[in-house]
Amino acid sequence: MNGNVPFWAELMVALLLVLSGLFVIISAFGFLRLPDFFLRMHPPALAYTFGSWSVTVASILYFSMRQGRLVLHPWLIIILLSISVPVTTLLLARVALFRRRTAGVADTPAPLSQRGN
Amino acid sequence: MSSLLSFATAFALGCYAVASVLVLVRMIRGPRAQDRVLALDLLYLHGMLFMIVLGIRHASDVYFEGALLIALFGFVSSSAMAKFLLRGEVIE
Repeated sequence: MNGNVPFWAELMVALLLVLSGLFVIISAFGFLRLPDFFLRMHPPALAYTFGSWSVTVASILYFSMRQGRLVLHPWLIIILLSISVPVTTLLLARVALFRRRTAGVADTPAPLSQRGN
Repeated sequence: MSSLLSFATAFALGCYAVASVLVLVRMIRGPRAQDRVLALDLLYLHGMLFMIVLGIRHASDVYFEGALLIALFGFVSSSAMAKFLLRGEVIE
């Protein structure tokens, strides 16, 4: 159980963790600074993909090295996120479009069913 | 726990903390409700990443279940709130 982790594995785990921290902070900064909701939807994708992927790969590498066998269960988190995040994002985009139409903002595109041809 | 890994986990946790504060500012300021829902979804993600990194830091397996549960509840709550904003009720 308590096998020693070699130095190269620790270095890779540390690099992946630092990378994920940087990606998450960049995405949060963009989420704070961008002016419009449709622009603001994009930076979180950085945290949803790069941030969570690098942390999960770091976790897989660390526990595999530590326990001396292939530990793959952190992969479940990536699978769950890659299924659930597009659903949430699409729903929120539709919400933003719907509420913009309801509020009567001038340059909002009309629904496809009401458009000619 | 080596000093390299200890530093890296501390750095990642600090980054997540700062990012959570930034997202929280957007959540408080956010002009429309969908900004707040997206900010809450992002905060769920940060909490999940916190759990995984804490699991590496303490070399413990039990944090993984917590991370999985947070990811699941984040999806359910954000999609329920988006559905509410879209249709006016969650379950029709």
